[in-house]
Amino acid sequence: MTHDKTAQDKRALHELTIHAALEGMRSGEFTSVQLTQALLDRIAAVDGNVKAYLRVTAEKALAQAEKADRRRAAGDDAPLLGAPLAIKDVLATSGVETTCGSRILQGFMPPYTATAVARLNDAGMVMLGKTNTDEFAMGSSTENSAFFTTHNPWDFDRVPGGSSGGSAAAVAADEALGALGTDTGGSVRQPAALCGVVGLKPSYGRVSRFGLIAYGSSLDQIGTLTKDVRDAALLLNVIAGSDPLDSTCLETPAPDYTAALTGDVRGLRIGLPDEYFIDGMQPEVEASVRQAVAELERLGAEVVRISLPNTDKALPVYYLAATAEASANLARYDGVRFGYSAGADSMFENIRRTRGEGFGAEVKRRIMLGTYALSAGYYDAYYLKAQQVRTLIKRDFEQAFTQVDVIAAPTSPTTAFRIGEKVDDPIQMYLTDIFTISANLAGVCAVSVPCGFDKANLPIGMQLIGPHLGEETILRAADAYERATDWQRHAPALTGRAS
Amino acid sequence: MLAATTKSDTRYELVVGMEVHVQLLTRSKMFCRCATDYAGAPPNTRVCPVCLGMPGTLPVINRDAVEATVKTGLALGCEIAETAVFARKNYTYPDLPKGYQISQFELPLCIHGRVDVDLPDGSTSPIRVRRVHLEEDTGRSVHEGGYSYVDLNRAGVPLMEIVTEADIHSAEQAYAFLTGLRSVLRYLGVSSGDMEKGAMRCEPNISVRTPEQKARGEYGAKVEVKNLNSFRAVRSAIEYEMRRQIDVLQSGGAVEQVNMGWDEERQRTVLQRTKESSDDYRYFPEPDLPPLALSRAWVDEIRAELPELPGAKRARYIRDWGLRPTEADALTGESLVACFFEGAVAAYGEEDGKPQRMANWITGELFRLIYADGEGQDLRQIADVRIAPAQLAALLALIDDKTINPNTGKKVLDIMYATGDDPQDIVAREGLAMVSDTSVIDEAVASILAANPAELARYRGGETKLFGFFMGQVMRATQGKADPNAARQRLQELLDEA
Ligand SMILES: [Zn+2]
Repeated sequence: MTHDKTAQDKRALHELTIHAALEGMRSGEFTSVQLTQALLDRIAAVDGNVKAYLRVTAEKALAQAEKADRRRAAGDDAPLLGAPLAIKDVLATSGVETTCGSRILQGFMPPYTATAVARLNDAGMVMLGKTNTDEFAMGSSTENSAFFTTHNPWDFDRVPGGSSGGSAAAVAADEALGALGTDTGGSVRQPAALCGVVGLKPSYGRVSRFGLIAYGSSLDQIGTLTKDVRDAALLLNVIAGSDPLDSTCLETPAPDYTAALTGDVRGLRIGLPDEYFIDGMQPEVEASVRQAVAELERLGAEVVRISLPNTDKALPVYYLAATAEASANLARYDGVRFGYSAGADSMFENIRRTRGEGFGAEVKRRIMLGTYALSAGYYDAYYLKAQQVRTLIKRDFEQAFTQVDVIAAPTSPTTAFRIGEKVDDPIQMYLTDIFTISANLAGVCAVSVPCGFDKANLPIGMQLIGPHLGEETILRAADAYERATDWQRHAPALTGRAS
Repeated sequence: MLAATTKSDTRYELVVGMEVHVQLLTRSKMFCRCATDYAGAPPNTRVCPVCLGMPGTLPVINRDAVEATVKTGLALGCEIAETAVFARKNYTYPDLPKGYQISQFELPLCIHGRVDVDLPDGSTSPIRVRRVHLEEDTGRSVHEGGYSYVDLNRAGVPLMEIVTEADIHSAEQAYAFLTGLRSVLRYLGVSSGDMEKGAMRCEPNISVRTPEQKARGEYGAKVEVKNLNSFRAVRSAIEYEMRRQIDVLQSGGAVEQVNMGWDEERQRTVLQRTKESSDDYRYFPEPDLPPLALSRAWVDEIRAELPELPGAKRARYIRDWGLRPTEADALTGESLVACFFEGAVAAYGEEDGKPQRMANWITGELFRLIYADGEGQDLRQIADVRIAPAQLAALLALIDDKTINPNTGKKVLDIMYATGDDPQDIVAREGLAMVSDTSVIDEAVASILAANPAELARYRGGETKLFGFFMGQVMRATQGKADPNAARQRLQELLDEA
């Protein structure tokens, strides 16, 4: 049951984009407190069904909103002053419980804030709360959250995607104007596609990872989930840039990404990789993406057939590289210093039991996979081989970007699948990330924009992949496409058999 | 048994490789800004989210630690990597906060060095350095009363690991290698090298092999000895292990590849808990730290700023100042001693064997005072001595110009050591100047001859060996201040006057 938001004379406050809300506050139409209260009301009304939030920090949000209003009254116009946003619960927030969707971090209060969140705070953000995630961002549906599954606002029987499913669902259901997520193998783009919002994964090193609770350190990157492309650019403006606390964060200064949104794609060379249109993908997804590319062509872009020959190796490479890093990254959860502790009698028994009881099945599976890949006798065949093939995948992209400016592809091979449909089949679940993983392995940037609906009225996403630090180009293309279409103006039905 | 062992010892060759961990003297930790001054600090007060391994935190390389390691590598004749890579070494222990130690595996900072070790018998043996790399220290665990306690103040302190090839073939060589290495570390100012404080930790890998094995290029099973708290303990442990392994082999047994600990009280190695399987640390490149590029310009800058090292100093003292090797060794072991010596020579002069005389005074008299007065046998205390190098030079000048005699000089030095006063002032204040005024000497001689008529008679009767008796009396009467040469001459004249 789609209804067109433009049909309304005036949108409700919670339906606004970030940039529209900022305009409203600048012109004095409403205050941040009013806006924040509207979103808190919306959360109270719908989150019982959507379950996007692990915790809503209403009191803090209103206090931040009051502060934002005071700042504005004093003449301040910080880039996000008074904008209510949601933060994925894998990003550390000082004084606010941060769990990564895991029992092992239940009750964990970090004494520090992730750099990206701190920058949003400085820019005047109002944080509404922390959103649900697959445990330690390991998953594609939020079903691996130790606490509950988030429901897709377009159909409550279906998953929102993952692992940033909470953030994507919150934005889709108008429970936040925008949100931060993290993307290790598609965890921002895939839920964005499945929930019908814009999901941006910046290039590796563009946004500081300090405070991002690590899954696969060489792949993890903080991204944005927003209602439109302009909002993605606005958020990226704030979170991008070097950070002395993260040595892998690039020194290259970040430009003003909103300046790239010219609406002009004339002469832009768009590559269509053969390997991204495969048997077994949902036909409506392929049709919608091809149609979207045709639209870009109509707007003046040039479409080129290209090849990324090592695409079929991306999934195995990812599940060796990411899990190897994860096996080490998750070694620190030993019940000694923070988080859950089983309280066993002896030192090593306590470590064993803490981890045995604190981690969920998928996390344990990936720790074991990664440990195996790094073990003596297997390192060369698995970890090292994966690194070598990763280099080939990176070269595929470097080669492709000598021919084209942007690569267009589906974000996900299917639209949102049913809750429970793939939980018992890890391989099927892993395959949902088949189109998103390569960008992480190559460290390039990519954005998912809504490009249609399937027969069941479930959103479809088109992925635009750019070269390393090519954010301006993909945002320009995505924005131009968005202006020419109205997919983002559709609102979800918020129906289904809610649990 | 001893005789038999000693005889058959010659059949076996001792083979030792050394792993030395050195805490670096940086102000902050390896990957965070916590202070490294944890000595005596209450547990877990020099910690932050990074060195506590809290989720989401990231390491940032301490450039000073890299510089100290490059310095050490250069001093040990190593090649410095153009690109160095940090790696995660994975193992589980509560005092290892992240569950992995950031260390180096492939591409360490320094490789292929060489140290020439001078032995007391005058021989020199080259010991190759396989690698010098940088890592972070762990915290400390205390197991007490059924509980385990963890103190993470030490976690993340920069630790440099120096690994040698198995080029050491005697306990003496090992001792000399470590002494020389510590000396270099202190010259560079990169580490205190204090073993008893854990700033330097040595783990020798010890094995023995027969000439046949050697001919085939084979090695015996290695035993690694841990928790050695002094160089002396390292030497004893190597000697003990060598004898133990030879005994095992001679009684038809096989040496097991195990880790041993050193029991200082009983002066023997003891088996540590055997591991169920061999260690698998699952090293892989640290994804949180990009490869570290070391520009040649920076390395050259560091090389240019290296201080003169002990070996070069020793050679220079012998070559330019004619020092005997014994004193040259004694003066160059500690850079603070060498510094004192060079300051004293600068004030005293380089001509007429003066540096050797100064060397004698420092290694003889001044060392005696430091050993007697200071804490332990630590010559670095020379930096705290109240005597300035120039004051010692002034003392020697007073002896040279016969203002005082050498014995009085020692007395003056004692006073200088206690007070820090100038030797000239002490001599004047205490009336210690030598008496060469013949009238004073004459007076003393006359009164002694008058007081000892019997001895005088015997002397004049031909018992000339009594000259020494009279000479002693004269010196005593002048409280040792008489110029011995002048006194001897007058005494002879007066005795022979009759
Ligand atoms: Zn620290």
